[in-house]
Amino acid sequence: MQPIIINNIDKKFGDVKALNNVSFSVEEGELFGLIGPDGAGKSTLFRILTTLLLADKGSASVMGMDVVKDYKKIRRSVGYMPGRFSLYQDLSIEENLRFFATIFNTTVEQNYDLIKDIYVQIEPFKKRPAGKLSGGMKQKLALCCALVHKPSVLFLDEPTTGVDPVSRKEFWEMLQRLREKGIAILVSTPYMDEAVLCDRVALIQKGELMDINTPEGIVRRFAQPMWAVGAGDRYRLMQDLRSYEDTASCYAFGEYLHVTLKSGGAGEDALCQYLSPHQDLTMFRTSAGIEDCFMYLMQEQNQ
Amino acid sequence: MDKAIVTDQLTRRFGDFIATDAITFSVDRGEIFGFLGANGAGKTTAMRMLCGLLKPSSGHAKVAGYDIATQTELVKKNIGYMSQKFSLYEDLTVKENIRFYGGIYGLSNQRIKEKTAQLLDKLQITKEANQLVSSLPLGWKQKLAFSIAILHDPSIVFLDEPTGGVDPVTRRQFWDLIYEAAHQNVTVFVTTHYMDEAEYCDRISMMVDGKIKALDTPRKLKEQFSAVSMNDVFLQLARQQTVSNQ
Repeated sequence: MQPIIINNIDKKFGDVKALNNVSFSVEEGELFGLIGPDGAGKSTLFRILTTLLLADKGSASVMGMDVVKDYKKIRRSVGYMPGRFSLYQDLSIEENLRFFATIFNTTVEQNYDLIKDIYVQIEPFKKRPAGKLSGGMKQKLALCCALVHKPSVLFLDEPTTGVDPVSRKEFWEMLQRLREKGIAILVSTPYMDEAVLCDRVALIQKGELMDINTPEGIVRRFAQPMWAVGAGDRYRLMQDLRSYEDTASCYAFGEYLHVTLKSGGAGEDALCQYLSPHQDLTMFRTSAGIEDCFMYLMQEQNQ
Repeated sequence: MDKAIVTDQLTRRFGDFIATDAITFSVDRGEIFGFLGANGAGKTTAMRMLCGLLKPSSGHAKVAGYDIATQTELVKKNIGYMSQKFSLYEDLTVKENIRFYGGIYGLSNQRIKEKTAQLLDKLQITKEANQLVSSLPLGWKQKLAFSIAILHDPSIVFLDEPTGGVDPVTRRQFWDLIYEAAHQNVTVFVTTHYMDEAEYCDRISMMVDGKIKALDTPRKLKEQFSAVSMNDVFLQLARQQTVSNQ
């Protein structure tokens, strides 16, 4: 059985189409990423799947249960970590965890195996109120609370937003271990570099899915040749490239600018010639990442 | 004056806790300076001191030539500030926000009028001038917030995680604005959790446990740590701190 099935979901808020005909499903034991910026519709979809919001159209099921008819059963069997930190700030780590266990009619001890790896990292601070924890520790506690009743599906809405790169890395390592325990995970993130850590991803923008595939599959679809270009005066380089008539796209990527040409590979020599007055010029062929693909698909969507 | 920021052993304690621990560095005029560190490393405390919002426990700093402990009002007049969390009034229109901030910074009505026209034209939002800010997409808000933060032509602008959650295209358009400002000799002091953005900075400092553990150009930092990306550099530096905390 597919743990999550979504069929043609529509949701409007006033005139705004938050979700437009969204369909996909998540396989057993899969770590599935929903990748997109703020306002793309990620949280709306999470709220529909966790039975907190009704869709206008379409249907969805979680562990074979319908999100409308079986909402009570779904609530008992899924773990949900909302985008906004929603634990009790004035309860300690320990108290929050026990509270959530009790709500779900279980105890921390009963499912300690599942949370042990994560909990030991915050245990030294177990008497500290949740409101006084650092960003990374809050996320770990929230994950423990979402896991304490041994859910069969885990919904994580932007668990790493605003968290520094070290805590983000640790958080993803925890998700990999949870997946090995057979829990299906739907996780959303605005950080494109996290897409490669998922089994499959859906790229979402303005309520529409632009692509669903494995991270490798998404990157493979980006067929045109791309160059990384760098020079001493970055600002001028960018201006020169943007005003070059053969430029199809030019975006900053770390140390370099990523450039594609309307003429494709054939224009390489001419581009090299055009840029030759620049000092410390470096230019080489590079392959596209998820973020390149996302921007390419966004451009397509806007046309 | 060619230094926009100069600090000397700048320190802030909260009780026994040393949030910012004797940091000494300087930032050149027109430089894009990335101020990085893990959550809780002391970035916000340092930034609040530099903006004249928090008095140092010891040490000194000058921002735009003014002492941050004794000339706080002059510091505030000569800097711009924008954060992801707070920037614009959602229930005012685009135009009203510009007028409001122009007034706060003491611009004349004539100047506000000119600046408003310029800004609307540059961001291509003339049509939306009378819309409430709450109705604008996040990316537009952030670009507008940045433009308003430099409305009074400050010599330095402080940006606290300006691009969180913004889509990748808008994020880059935002950096275009940063480059443009720096090109016009505005100093940009920026924090971010996007490590690709760290590479866009002229120089970067890395804070760990209240101290500056590394400071250099992205290229030299990568050489120094034999790292392929700034993300690598960050992980190497901040990892030590995580281990020592637990």
